[in-house]
Order: sequence, then C-alpha cells, then structure tokens
Amino acid sequence: MLLIYCPYCEEERSELEFRQAGDAHIARPTNMTEMTDEEFEAFFFLRDNVKGLTYERWRHLNGCGRFFNAARDTVSDKFVTTYKAGLPKPDISTLRPATEATVETYEATESNAK
Amino acid sequence: MRKYSVFAVAREAMRGHRGWEAQWTSPEPRKEYDVIIIGAGGHGLGTAYYLAKEHGITNIAVLEKGWLGGGNTGRNTTIIRSNYLYDESAGIYDHALKLWDDLSQDLNYNVMYSARGVMMLSHNIHDQQVFKRHIHANRLNGIDNEWLTPEQAKEFCPPLDISRTARYPINGAALQRRGGTARHDAVAWGYARAAADRGVHIIQNCEVTGLRRHANGAIAGVETNRGYIGAKKVGVVAAGHTSVLMEMADVRMPLVSYPLQALVSEPVKPIFPCVVMSNTVHAYISQSDKGELVIGAGTDQYSSYSQTGGLQIITHTLDAICELFPIFRRMKMMRSWGGIVDVTPDRSPILAKTPVPGLYVNCGWGTGGFKATPGSANVFAHTIANDAPHRINAPFTLERFRTGRLIDEAAAAAVAH
Repeated sequence: MLLIYCPYCEEERSELEFRQAGDAHIARPTNMTEMTDEEFEAFFFLRDNVKGLTYERWRHLNGCGRFFNAARDTVSDKFVTTYKAGLPKPDISTLRPATEATVETYEATESNAK
Repeated sequence: MRKYSVFAVAREAMRGHRGWEAQWTSPEPRKEYDVIIIGAGGHGLGTAYYLAKEHGITNIAVLEKGWLGGGNTGRNTTIIRSNYLYDESAGIYDHALKLWDDLSQDLNYNVMYSARGVMMLSHNIHDQQVFKRHIHANRLNGIDNEWLTPEQAKEFCPPLDISRTARYPINGAALQRRGGTARHDAVAWGYARAAADRGVHIIQNCEVTGLRRHANGAIAGVETNRGYIGAKKVGVVAAGHTSVLMEMADVRMPLVSYPLQALVSEPVKPIFPCVVMSNTVHAYISQSDKGELVIGAGTDQYSSYSQTGGLQIITHTLDAICELFPIFRRMKMMRSWGGIVDVTPDRSPILAKTPVPGLYVNCGWGTGGFKATPGSANVFAHTIANDAPHRINAPFTLERFRTGRLIDEAAAAAVAH
C-alpha cells in the first residue's frame, strides 16, 4: 500500500484516504458555448494516458478533503512529488527522486532504528 | 496442420505421443505484409484468423511484445455473457456469444466453452429495477435473460447464502443461461494455431517502437525491436497500451488505463456450478475445470500500467465473496495478478478506422473484453478487409466522442467500473 504525502496536511497518509481525480493542469474553458466539437472532445474526452511520469489531481478524500496535484510514475506507481493545487508543474529534474531516506515511511524509519 | 480428433489422440497414445507437431511456427518476419496486427491476444489473433478465413487475406503478421496470450487474454476471469442493455452492445456481444457456440469446432481446438449460466445478484430495490430493465431490453433483442427469486437463485447455485440475516441480503437475481466460461489460454492458442495454418505469421518478442507513415499521412509500416516491417494496413489491438501505440501515429485516444485484478484459490472438487456476479458488492466468482475458484473485482482506483494493483482491492473482493458464500471462508488463495485495461468514457469499446488512413484500432474493452473475443475479432477483420465497419461495429467509432453519439453502458454493465 502506498503512502501519499498530502501537501495540505503536511504528512504522509495511507492511499486508502485518497482518490485519484484525473489529469492535472487541464484548464477548464470559459467559453464552452463557443467551442467547436473538436475542441470540446479534446478537452473533455481525449487523454494522454501516459506510460511513465504523469501529472494528476488527487483528493485527500478521507482527510482534509482538498484537491492537490501529484507527479507520479504510472509504471512503478511511485509518487515523485505532490504539490498544492494551482501551483505550476514542478521541474522534476531538480527534485531528488523519492527514496526511503527522503520519504519517512514506516519501513524507512524501522530500518534506521535497526 | 494435422487435425485434432479422438483418432489422433488414440494414434499418438499408441506411439508414445511422439507425432504431435508444433501448434504454430515462429517465422522470421518478412519485409512487408498486407496487414500487421499489433497484439497477439485473443482479439488480435482472432482478427488475423478471420481475415484469412473470411476475407482471403493471408499475408498477415501478428506482432507481440511479450508472449502470445500473455496480456489480458491470460489475465481475465473467462466470463462470457451478452446481457448488455443497449442495442449496439447487445448486437456485438451476442454476435460473439453465437460464435462461441461452435468455436471449438471451427478452430478444431477445444476452447472449453461451457454455457453454465451467469447469475447476477440483486441486493436491493435499485438492483432489482435495473436488472428487470435489462431483462426486458435483452428479450426485445432476442437475448435470453430471466428473473429468479432468491429461492430459485439458491437452487441454481447451492453455495449461495440467501438468509435474511446475511451481510448482503439477496432479493433476486438475473440469469443468462447461455452465459458461462471458456478456457482463456485455449482461445489464444486455438486462434494462433488456426491462423498459422492459414499462413499467418505470429511473431513474439517483437515490440513495436514506432509507426511509420507515408508523406500523405497513410500508414507505411511499423518500427520494431527486430527492424522495420512494411505494411499496407495496421490494426492496433493492444488493450491497455493502445494510447501508447496510437500516440506514435499522433492520435490521442479517449482512454485511461487501469489495473484490473483477479485471483484464484487452491483447486478443489466441483462445488460451484455457475458464474455469479454481484456489482453492488464488487465480486464475481466461478470455478475452473481445474477446480480453482476464479475470483475478480472492479478496477483499481487509480490509473496505472503496473500490472499488479493494490492488495486492499482484492481483500475487499474476498470479504464480499466470504459473505455471499460462507463455505469458502477457509479457502486459501493461491495466485493473484493484474492486467491493464483501457477504459473509455462511455465504457463501450472502439472498433474503428482512425484519422490515419490504413490504421485501425480495436480497444476500449475495459473490464469485459474476453467475452467479446470472437465477435470483436470477426467484425474487426471485416473493418480492416473492407476499409469500412461491419454493421455490428459501425456504432463503435472513435468519432462518437466528438459527435456525442455515446453508447453509455457505464450504468448498464454488470460490474461497477
């Protein structure tokens, strides 16, 4: 089971408390009545469905209830980072990949204790 | 190809089984094919088979990244039924069900199709209303489906707990008697053998890394880890990886890929006579001919290509199974696995031409593609051969997400997505 860091609660919680909520950084059009069918299709139905690093919305449903964004690898399911809604896409190359040393998981703290 | 028969079995028994030949060959790829199918699962191999059998096209290669039938064809729970709500869905799923009937004879390969009945449990008044609506709609489409009282359901499936004190009380069930199961691997193997016999090349461990196009945009061939292979037409039948492949041709798809998990128990003697599904409590179960209970659930919560999935999903399913069938509480589960399913916004498949001339796509089967294998392959072969859809798959276009003519089975499919 994954531990996900909620940027609002500022702590890692079990994935059971969270729900994925689709792709992040999709701007909802303000001129929906004037859009062509093609534009609406692209906004509403078409998805990149990335195999690899993807940016998506998550909701801490059974916690603070707030939406935030995450960068996640869809092959390993590893969360690279999470960040507050409204912030721009983080530059992943500058981030250190999340490891047991950088993420305070139960396993990491246990192994440190030993 | 030497025909399989009771005489062949007797003959080989007499001489120590030394005369069996390989079921299909592994040829070197040619420089160019008339049709390349990407994905050697049931749908892909079946497409090649029907192209060869019904449309006279035999210069075909089926390319497979891994091993034949190793994707969702080998990872599903083998349930077959056709009791879908809408006319379009009923058309394609019942076309498949009719082909299942004599598929073993057609392929000369025992796919072990067993019409043991698929029973969907109703737990509340809403289930009851939905199922009765399904039953009436199905009957109008000539598809068998009937309503059972809890007692009749118990009679049809004795291990079922219908007591009033049950955690998930049962107020009835919908039964499709023609539904059932088939041996999933045998479907891939049978289509592979029959297609190879008609000259189709099956090339495993051949991953497509790019789609090459002519200057006018039409498909020219595929780049693979075994070099470039030219093709007049390419059919993408890649389930969860469809978006990845279609992106190589600059086509964005209305798909999201999720893991869908299943698991099997230790094998036991025959105890479970049919298939039972419950969409309200997220579980379905049948018993394989080997004796294992085959159990499935809904998809995982979040999109992924991991082919595993969360443990909490399958434990949730087992909770439900143990409540519905208390006799299974002490069964040990042996294996679990995940497949990557491609889900469309309306939960109906896409079997269609694409904006790229010569490129065709068969995808979006989501959580329920196995049952449709013969029907899907049959009409997809027609679509590729004629460059136009068959009457049955004509509604399942890629353009429906632009025109709005959705086939919204989301609320109608039996297991919640």
